[in-house]
Amino acid sequence: MNPFTYSHATAVDDAVRDKASHHDAAYIGGGTNLLDLMKENVERPTHLVGLNRLPLATIKNNPEGGLRLGALATNADTAWHPEVEKRYPLLSQAILAGASPQLRNMATNGGNLMQRTRCYYFYDTTTPCNKREPGSGCSAIGGYNRIHAILGTSQSCIATHPSDMCIALAALEAVVRVSGPNGDRTIDFTDFHRLPGNAPHIDNTLRPGELITGLDLPAKGFEKNYSYLKLRDRTSYAFALVSVAAALDLEGNTIKEARLALGGVAHKPWRDTDVEDALKGQPATADTFRKAATQMLQGARGFGSNDFKVELAKRAIVRALKQATEMKQGPSDVFLNSNP
Amino acid sequence: MLLQLDGMSFQSTSFLVPMSYPSTTKRGVMGAPAAPPPASTVTLKINGVETRLQLAPWTSLLDALREYADLTGTKKGCDHGQCGACTVLVNGKRINSCLTLAVMQEGNEITTIEGLGTQEKLHPLQQAFIDHDAFQCGYCTPGQICSAVGLINEGKAHSEDEIRELMSGNLCRCGAYVGILNAVKEVVDGTKVKS
Repeated sequence: MNPFTYSHATAVDDAVRDKASHHDAAYIGGGTNLLDLMKENVERPTHLVGLNRLPLATIKNNPEGGLRLGALATNADTAWHPEVEKRYPLLSQAILAGASPQLRNMATNGGNLMQRTRCYYFYDTTTPCNKREPGSGCSAIGGYNRIHAILGTSQSCIATHPSDMCIALAALEAVVRVSGPNGDRTIDFTDFHRLPGNAPHIDNTLRPGELITGLDLPAKGFEKNYSYLKLRDRTSYAFALVSVAAALDLEGNTIKEARLALGGVAHKPWRDTDVEDALKGQPATADTFRKAATQMLQGARGFGSNDFKVELAKRAIVRALKQATEMKQGPSDVFLNSNP
Repeated sequence: MLLQLDGMSFQSTSFLVPMSYPSTTKRGVMGAPAAPPPASTVTLKINGVETRLQLAPWTSLLDALREYADLTGTKKGCDHGQCGACTVLVNGKRINSCLTLAVMQEGNEITTIEGLGTQEKLHPLQQAFIDHDAFQCGYCTPGQICSAVGLINEGKAHSEDEIRELMSGNLCRCGAYVGILNAVKEVVDGTKVKS
């Protein structure tokens, strides 16, 4: 790690000001990804603004009838929070599908959004990577790309966003609350992360110096019919090859409303509202789900080692929607299946 | 070092920079700072004892414990949060001590393997690990035991599948998982398990 200075911020304004007053500063919440990247020399901040004394670790009702998750509440405290378990079990399930208990005890909600790709070449400072070093090239295109994206890719980058939590947040239409040098604002979850285009070094739409202070969940939590299906190379403690957050509002066997988001396939949680609209009014049957899966993967392409993901994603969508309809989930979800 | 984990090479403590000078560090394109940040006093409460240490800001909690507080029970495995050998408890919750800075843990109650039992009276999990042959080389064991204490504090694991899932952050390269599972299960259940 490079040398750096460290300060504890005690108020949001102080944190924003402190970061702005240093040239290469970074915020640090749980630190589980940032410190790892600093050890690899991928991130080289000269000053860290410590956030864990800020009063942003609470989870409480918001004025819109939903729930506000503090940016510094840990992933574990969020997943096991009684209101999250009861009203947003899809989110609990997604969080608990990610990382390990130790990491979830440290990682914060804001930090989960800010974590960077686990692309092997992004981590390997001896190889070209447009995300790490703009203009140097992409080693994953034409390289080994088993974990890489199949949707929304560009000639510059085929990295994926690694989060599970964010896939559920996308499906639930969370809103990101931020504070910055020019005041406070909110960002719809779909607009928070971005596609790589020709600037893959920019992961999200935060403006310089902005700090995530919380996440607002809308009142509707789809707590009756949901599934977070995560497919990976091990049954635990591995990043998703493909994951699906599926949430349904059913009237009998008819779909009144559907939400569908994919992880492990793109530079951001992948949602397609056309697919969700097409599901409205349809019977919740395998045939309907297969059509949705085909539509969702339109335009998908593999890059060699990840070609399998296109078919895997289609089948995962069908299975997740079926699980959400029947609320019977697979053996690997047995631990997380205590919800109705 | 004893272990080599898939996809992670063991790191020696070579990146530990003596506090007086950053000899092994390289600056990026931004150029070198005029002087390295000085070490400052960090007060950590470790196993109930207030401990004042002179630490550079980039000292991880793991290095603070091992190299500055002389508590070498906590092990450095991958140093990247993947293996769980460095697991300690902070305010009763298990974390990877390699992925947090010592300075971030001021004011918290840190418990390491040294704080769990005594030679005369082992912690029930320590005894259970012995009874169930839950280790071979023993390198992952302090992390396994601290993790299991955290698991029991959480109260979420009841079945074997749940214990396996919630112990998945601790790797054992010797493959003593059957014994580890039985040891943890015995303490979770409060009844004897046959190994």
